[in-house]
Amino acid sequence: MLAAGECTSVDIVNDVLAAIDVRDGQIGAYLTLNREEALAAAKEADAERANGKVACLLGIPIAIKDLLNVKGQPCTCSSKILEGYTAPYDATAIAKLREAGAILLGRVNMDEFAMGSSTESSAFKKTHNPWDTDRVPGGSSGGSAACVAADEAVAALGSDTGGSIRQPAAFCGCVGLKPTYGMISRYGLTAFASSLDQIGPLTKTVKDSAILLEAIAGHDAKDSTSIDRQVPAFSGLLDDTHRLDGMKIGLPKEYFVDGMDPEVEKAVRDAVEHCKSLGAQIVDVSLPHSKYAIAVYYIIATAEASANLARFDGIRYGMRLDGKNPIELYGKTRAAGFGSEVKRRIILGTYVLSSGYYDAYYLRAQKVRTLIRNDFIDAFKQCDAILAPVTPTPAYKIGEKSDDPLKMYLDDILTTPVNLAGICGMSIPCGFSSAGLPIGLQILGDSFNEVNIFKVGHAYEQTTDWHKQKPMF
Amino acid sequence: MSDANHMDVSYVANLARIELTDEETMLFQGQLDQVLEYVEQLGELDVSNVEPTAHAMPLVNVLRADEPGVSLDHDAVIANAPADRDGQILVPKINEKF
Repeated sequence: MLAAGECTSVDIVNDVLAAIDVRDGQIGAYLTLNREEALAAAKEADAERANGKVACLLGIPIAIKDLLNVKGQPCTCSSKILEGYTAPYDATAIAKLREAGAILLGRVNMDEFAMGSSTESSAFKKTHNPWDTDRVPGGSSGGSAACVAADEAVAALGSDTGGSIRQPAAFCGCVGLKPTYGMISRYGLTAFASSLDQIGPLTKTVKDSAILLEAIAGHDAKDSTSIDRQVPAFSGLLDDTHRLDGMKIGLPKEYFVDGMDPEVEKAVRDAVEHCKSLGAQIVDVSLPHSKYAIAVYYIIATAEASANLARFDGIRYGMRLDGKNPIELYGKTRAAGFGSEVKRRIILGTYVLSSGYYDAYYLRAQKVRTLIRNDFIDAFKQCDAILAPVTPTPAYKIGEKSDDPLKMYLDDILTTPVNLAGICGMSIPCGFSSAGLPIGLQILGDSFNEVNIFKVGHAYEQTTDWHKQKPMF
Repeated sequence: MSDANHMDVSYVANLARIELTDEETMLFQGQLDQVLEYVEQLGELDVSNVEPTAHAMPLVNVLRADEPGVSLDHDAVIANAPADRDGQILVPKINEKF
């Protein structure tokens, strides 16, 4: 529409700002909003387009999860310990957004240091689900999902360590992609668990997801774990036949877990039937070690977090509470700066790495991680993509699970295996519960096989109308 | 697995350099013991012949040319420090002799 001259970037930014003005008081997605800068950038983008400039995200306003460094802006990770910090550099994904012409609209709320599944652990505010404001938006990229679902941004960046893009996308009814580990540089992404973290887009459609991934993916010398390989032209590979002939889609029996909401199960099984009607062949696959994923994840992720979050010590940036020596300064600063969930995870991670317990917990978890990864390697010998639910239930009430950490952890059963294996996964809307809450369909692809996810997602989306439903305000 | 799913939360919190209140210690004790009891299930599996996975995409010896480059702007970095003097970050004394 922009390219055809049917609307301008200024129109889009004005629409988004108007939605924020009307709704964000109820939703609470944004921590900071760059109103004037966004409008100025939109005017500039329109002028550049008039002069013939072509860039894939020229003049498109995008919201940024508050753990990505944007030069000159705060980056609090929704934590008090980083209040007052101003990022002195751009994350690589942000630099790539700028190159592609995107407008950085503002910073959105999240669980503190991405630790949580409901955005309730933010030190600053609660974010509400646009479909029912008594409910959580999911997390940790809850602000990213809520702002896209409420039309308060065209798209957003989030990060996914154990489901933190896919689960909020499912709860809010948008499209959330966790790319393959190594697909996008993590330089400038505040680290939670370095072997699991990956940046990804939250968008309104599968095609938008493909466009954003194409813009931010690629090797970066500043992240030695980013993989040096050609980024496919994802968006150009999506065809308009919307057929899945010749595709084999795997259905893992282990992903229809006990206690799953029957409405979620039905929506997902209906989506599988729909893909069959588009020509896909459905095959049963088994991922036998899936049930161990939560235990493995909460050992490995907390272990890595305990090391990564050691840098928040009150010395170089952020909050400082003085002490008579550095040890006392660290202890007081970290006591005042971190919230409960972050403290709990750092303590658990310190314990599983400590002398005498390392073999029993951390090493054993790494070995079971191998078994989980092998499950996927075997499964992808039999199929091109896997379909599964994202979450056992739709969005729950604010406060419903926040007092019981283990109960909240158990909800990550269907998303954590993907991070442990390093493969890619997407959540797209596939229905609504009787209470009117969105339900997500998870599409998994083998490492560096985002193309298959996009193909299945695009064909399903374009032949259904779940993604066209909007929350009422 | 290890002894009776019980960690000494105060001791570990000290290792992690987090001062906890008594209430926090009590609360975390119960919650973390519950988590440790849950992860006990990994003991069911025979992993004696399984190699550990540290990274899903194993990369070995990723090196770059050792060339000088541009670093972060000094003033911007110091501006983030909670306390500074003469362009340097100020910290409490670590040695009584000086």
